[in-house]
Amino acid sequence: MNEYLYPVIFGVVVGTVTRISMLKTDYRQYPTYLHGKIIHIALGFIAASLGTIAVPAILEEEYTAITFLTVAASQFREVRNMERNTLTELDSYELVSRGKAYIEGIALTFESRNYLVIFTSLLSTFAYVIFGIGIATIVAVICFFITHRMMKGNKIGDIVHVEYKPLHFEGAGLHVDDIYIMNIGLPSKQEIILEYGMGFVLTPKNLNALTTISNLGQRQAIIHDVSTALGVHRDSGEPSLYPLAKRDLIDGRLGVFLIPHEQDREKAERVIKACPTLENAIRMPSERHLDQKGRERA
Amino acid sequence: MTLEKFILAAITTDPEKAPTGCAVFHVDSVEELHKVALNLEAILDGIAHLVSEEVFVVVRH
Repeated sequence: MNEYLYPVIFGVVVGTVTRISMLKTDYRQYPTYLHGKIIHIALGFIAASLGTIAVPAILEEEYTAITFLTVAASQFREVRNMERNTLTELDSYELVSRGKAYIEGIALTFESRNYLVIFTSLLSTFAYVIFGIGIATIVAVICFFITHRMMKGNKIGDIVHVEYKPLHFEGAGLHVDDIYIMNIGLPSKQEIILEYGMGFVLTPKNLNALTTISNLGQRQAIIHDVSTALGVHRDSGEPSLYPLAKRDLIDGRLGVFLIPHEQDREKAERVIKACPTLENAIRMPSERHLDQKGRERA
Repeated sequence: MTLEKFILAAITTDPEKAPTGCAVFHVDSVEELHKVALNLEAILDGIAHLVSEEVFVVVRH
């Protein structure tokens, strides 16, 4: 029996368990139960195996074998493409679409989780071979917590204040607070909107937040999340009942018009706050440092 | 083919204010105006926007 057998089994198990722990079906309904999960667990197992096998390769001075990690990298880029393609295809069938930015964010997350599995398996196996199972277990637990910490991105609630504001019409113009949303001409549609609609104003806490929530992909993500969690009072061919978010040009506040099936204001507010800030929507204008002459500092 | 951000139809009670370059529906009363606008909104998958008191336009976004 090979001396690396137990460390390899340990590494693969730890990596696969880490991947399983990162898979959860939540209100976003992704990954889908059950087949979507199987794909990701299988890929997680492959990632764990690759990370684990790297350790014996290094210790046996088979340095060229490390190059197979590049195969892993291209493999997981494929995962990202797969996620992107699937979700883009499915997006056209959603009553309220996810939007390309949200899809890209999800695809990015799935790729990065496989890399986290590789690192977890690599470090755990390495610790097992060098120090034994006791230290390896501690390393595995630490890696487990680090991966879970890294999974948690910022939430919208961290960067904005969310406030409920009733909807009202000025002529045919639908407004949330004083923010213009759209022109709804028909009185019958106006009545439906006033009965079932909800308005929220998102006030950014700082300049960075202002730029982030002005991103169209981020706005679509917020609307999609609320519509998934609370349902949506519309059907296809009803564009006048489409939830929308518009910006106040003067102070950058965001007016969000929703038309949820479940009329629960507090829940809607909680869902908006829990919506992730998309990595590709984050801008940090405050990080731009100019010197006194207005030139950019490195 | 779908035409978006384009006036697909206009409905008006005032012939003098009827736009040109698109299908125009002339109606006699405000009630009829609303009824025709609602029908066209459903048929064309668009939104009936109120341009002025007499004119509705249906646009698909």
